[in-house]
Amino acid sequence: MQRTEATISPSVGQQHPSYVRVFLTFARNSIVRDMTFRANFIIESISSLGWMLMNLGFYLLIFLYTDEIGLSTGWGKFEFLVFLATGWIINSLVQTFIMPNAQEFSELIRTGGLDFALLKPIDTQFLISFQKVDWSSLVNFFMGLAVLVVSLWHLASREVNPWVFEPIVVLLYPVFVLCGVAILYSLTIGLAATSIWLGRNQSLYDFWFYITTFGRYPMEIYRNSWGWALWGFFMFVIPILLVVNVPARLMARPLTPREPWEWLLAGFGIFATLTSVIISRRVFVGALRSYRSASS
Amino acid sequence: MYARALTWWTILRIALEERLVYRGDFAIGTLMRFLPIVTQMFLWSAVFAARGDQPLQGYTYTNMVAYYLLTMIGRAFSSMPGLASGIALQIRTGEVKKFLIQPVDMIGFMLLQRLAHKLAYYTVAVIPFALVFFICHRYFYDLPAEAGTHSVATFLAFLSTLIMGFMLGFFLEAAIGLIGFWFLEVSFFLSGHMFPLDLLPQPWSTLVDLLPLKYLAYFPAAVFLGKVTGPELVRGLLIEAAWVVFFIVTTRVVFHYGVKRYSGFGG
Repeated sequence: MQRTEATISPSVGQQHPSYVRVFLTFARNSIVRDMTFRANFIIESISSLGWMLMNLGFYLLIFLYTDEIGLSTGWGKFEFLVFLATGWIINSLVQTFIMPNAQEFSELIRTGGLDFALLKPIDTQFLISFQKVDWSSLVNFFMGLAVLVVSLWHLASREVNPWVFEPIVVLLYPVFVLCGVAILYSLTIGLAATSIWLGRNQSLYDFWFYITTFGRYPMEIYRNSWGWALWGFFMFVIPILLVVNVPARLMARPLTPREPWEWLLAGFGIFATLTSVIISRRVFVGALRSYRSASS
Repeated sequence: MYARALTWWTILRIALEERLVYRGDFAIGTLMRFLPIVTQMFLWSAVFAARGDQPLQGYTYTNMVAYYLLTMIGRAFSSMPGLASGIALQIRTGEVKKFLIQPVDMIGFMLLQRLAHKLAYYTVAVIPFALVFFICHRYFYDLPAEAGTHSVATFLAFLSTLIMGFMLGFFLEAAIGLIGFWFLEVSFFLSGHMFPLDLLPQPWSTLVDLLPLKYLAYFPAAVFLGKVTGPELVRGLLIEAAWVVFFIVTTRVVFHYGVKRYSGFGG
């Protein structure tokens, strides 16, 4: 008996699943599921589109009364719209690929369904993080792209200090957008892992939402009196201020010429991304260790 | 009459007890709901800084913060989370039959239930609300003499807008909440929860003025801040009352025809 086990287990260990193919299967399954209820899919798309239009309306209203957000920060109307669009792009990626899974996770723990995920010969964090894709949220991504392009076009065609195309920026932008997604992913998976300890974590989504609202504005707005405390906290402890600020600042160039600290900020963005991914991985693995199945 | 009052009292008590089970979760949830106001405060502070602290359509920076805090109170009365979706669920699962065969009026039952939920909510939420308003008391210092902090009449008007806001929120959502998923979002935007509605340019401000949504958040806050006074205030209160009556009647009519069409199966 023991000999057969010894011969079987190494061969099982060698069969690494192809993560890309598994993910593509997940993505396909989700699109099949979405397409089963096509009307619902369309309604959800329109709904999230409507939400974004209202957001846009709010900021256009603000810019009726001011030329920039914060005195001489450089966040004028179209610079800020670049910021807003970047935020939408990052958020839509999170809503599409990560959020539906995080919401599922606390249910998996409560019902004991996590047992089945643990048994599968694939990394558990990968499995529970990417199982579902909410394709309807991707409409925000395209809306974000559209607003981004329109605002950049406006910036490029203005007379004073026009925006110029820099290949390096256009290459770095998606990298920092993905960094932002990775930071939010780490936060989400870290919060989701806490539901292993807490048993149930229904307000997970609420908490996530309220925390991330702080990252939705240019970080300059926190630079006064007690805002500095918030600034420090959301910069160095939970680095959500970096999520949108780094790519948006890179692209919109609110300050011209660029200040040296802006490059420092970008470097710190990379560092914070790596750190948060590593920490969240550790939290997740640590939490799994204290998981006790809920099923009987 | 006595028996009837007793029935309603029992319904109210049951719903109240049901709601007070999770008070800790409630209080924390309520506190968290103030967090977006913190970011709004910083956003507007940056806007006012760029304007050189010039008032904006009659709002100073402190007025603006006071406005957002007051809309939280307005929404605490007028928002009806889960009302429309709850009715939809009851219709789908067939639970609605319960009301049709019992000698209880369904809309009245739901109204009382909601009232109890709100009462339970206030008994718990008053603590985080008091905390936040105490911390932010200085935002209410520079209000005019007509504002709710100085004038008893304004304060009474404010209270009446809150109570009518509750009625309007309930019947508005019961009547038309079911027709659209987007309703909640539109109401969030056009009720004034996101920004003072009088900042809107024409023709939007006229449009918003004609809709009943502004009574859910904007109107109570504007009344308290002393933005609406004298005959304008009386007119606003009367229009709000008219909207309440209109939606009570609409709900009754819709419900009457809905029940006629409804067919329940199974048990």
